[in-house]
Amino acid sequence: MTEHIEAGAYTFAYLDEQTKRMIRRAILKGIAVPGYQVPFASREMPMPYGWGTGGVQVTAACLVPEDRLKVIDQGADDTTNAVSIRRFFQRTAGVATTEATTEATVIQTRHRIPETPLKAGQILVYQVPIPEPLRFLEPRETETRKMHELEEYGLMHVKLYEDIARHGQIATSYAYPVKVEGRYVMDPSPIPRFDNPKLSGNPAIQLFGAGREQRIYALPPWTEVVSLDFDDHPFQTSKAPHDCDLCGAQDSYLDEVITDDQGGRMFVCSDTDFCEGRRAKGHAGRLGGDQKSSKTFANSFEGIWPGTEGAR
Amino acid sequence: MIATRPADTADALEGGFTEAPIQSARAFREILEAMARPGTIRRVQGARPPEPLSVAAGVALLVLTDPTTRLHLAGRADCAEVRDWVAFHIGAPLTRAEEADFAVGTWEALHPVSRFRIGQPDYPDRSATLIVEVDRLVNHGPALTGPGIETATWLNLPETAAFRANRALFPLGFDTLFTAGDRIAGLPRSTRVEAI
Ligand SMILES: [Zn+2]
Repeated sequence: MTEHIEAGAYTFAYLDEQTKRMIRRAILKGIAVPGYQVPFASREMPMPYGWGTGGVQVTAACLVPEDRLKVIDQGADDTTNAVSIRRFFQRTAGVATTEATTEATVIQTRHRIPETPLKAGQILVYQVPIPEPLRFLEPRETETRKMHELEEYGLMHVKLYEDIARHGQIATSYAYPVKVEGRYVMDPSPIPRFDNPKLSGNPAIQLFGAGREQRIYALPPWTEVVSLDFDDHPFQTSKAPHDCDLCGAQDSYLDEVITDDQGGRMFVCSDTDFCEGRRAKGHAGRLGGDQKSSKTFANSFEGIWPGTEGAR
Repeated sequence: MIATRPADTADALEGGFTEAPIQSARAFREILEAMARPGTIRRVQGARPPEPLSVAAGVALLVLTDPTTRLHLAGRADCAEVRDWVAFHIGAPLTRAEEADFAVGTWEALHPVSRFRIGQPDYPDRSATLIVEVDRLVNHGPALTGPGIETATWLNLPETAAFRANRALFPLGFDTLFTAGDRIAGLPRSTRVEAI
């Protein structure tokens, strides 16, 4: 990556000014056409693909020195991925960082939407591996582009309906497709479908960046986002049929965590900031509120709920 | 990008960002909020473009345009001073309305806006962004609804018919930034406009 210095200036947030202008133009077009995937010329970043290079570029184009940045990876602030992205922006943009959802102005996320409701003035940046929701139905980009143009989304419904025929319900648990403002079908990134309702009517700006696939898309605040479903099989969220063992939350998304090699396990909030906030207020679950931290366990296990359908 | 210095235009050297990475970042954030929340009026700073451009129009050009974007200067904005300033600070190739990625001028000078690019059915992003200079921006006038707006808001648009026609083209259409002094407001193609 060559450093492009403009008019004697230094760089802010790693990217050169011309690259940021290109990304910023793509973000604005994404805002103007919610759910449509805007192509952009993704840059080499000092981290491998799969580490959120698309999200990192979107964040870099949006950051101001006054921001407080939060980075989460499957709900946790302290995974290697989240820590290295946070440090990257501390170093290249000098921004403050936080683990508190309520204090963050920009939140970059992989695979979750925070449990704590977002608010106006916040930007949620999603890391996206595969932006095209129709890709597994049609590998050719020219064809999927035409399908979006003509709103030919029947195949997507067929796929979901095959789920129902096979499993008695829609088995898609992650990256559950949505329709934006009645127009574009969009991949919400691999968030659990538990999070889908939070996409809609959200007061924050939601931006999606796919580095390898070179796409940016967006949801302005208050955008209507509807999860695809059927009259006889309406969309349902799902989560593990338990309360959080640490904070007792009944309504948060849970990770199943192996606690020992005797088959011991527990269920804890995937959103570690949410869980710690509840415990700090005195809430306690089955194992009490004084456990060290759910993160410590979660890190020892790629602890995502494996998709068993316990709708509640 | 530094363009070659035009002759006899010492003024053209002035009025750009003095600290581009920081100033453009702060300005973009305001423009993002403006476009993402149609009708909200934001303030930007850092540019001192020549007459007749407003500070906000100058900031929008510095933040969004460069040698890779075709720019149309409309009406009085198409003057030697602005051309020199654009050449020095931005380097955007100047073009006619029909080919422009960005256009700047008063609403009257930009008319007829049906000239501007609205994107292609498979690439609706390949559309123009209009920077419309207005005398003032107030939250009074036609009603706006749509993405980015919780219930409804109001903005003193120069007219409604052109924006209703533009909305009818969705997902095609041009996008608009209104500028007045250091104020800026956004009206993406997705916004529904009604005279009240
Ligand atoms: Zn918990």
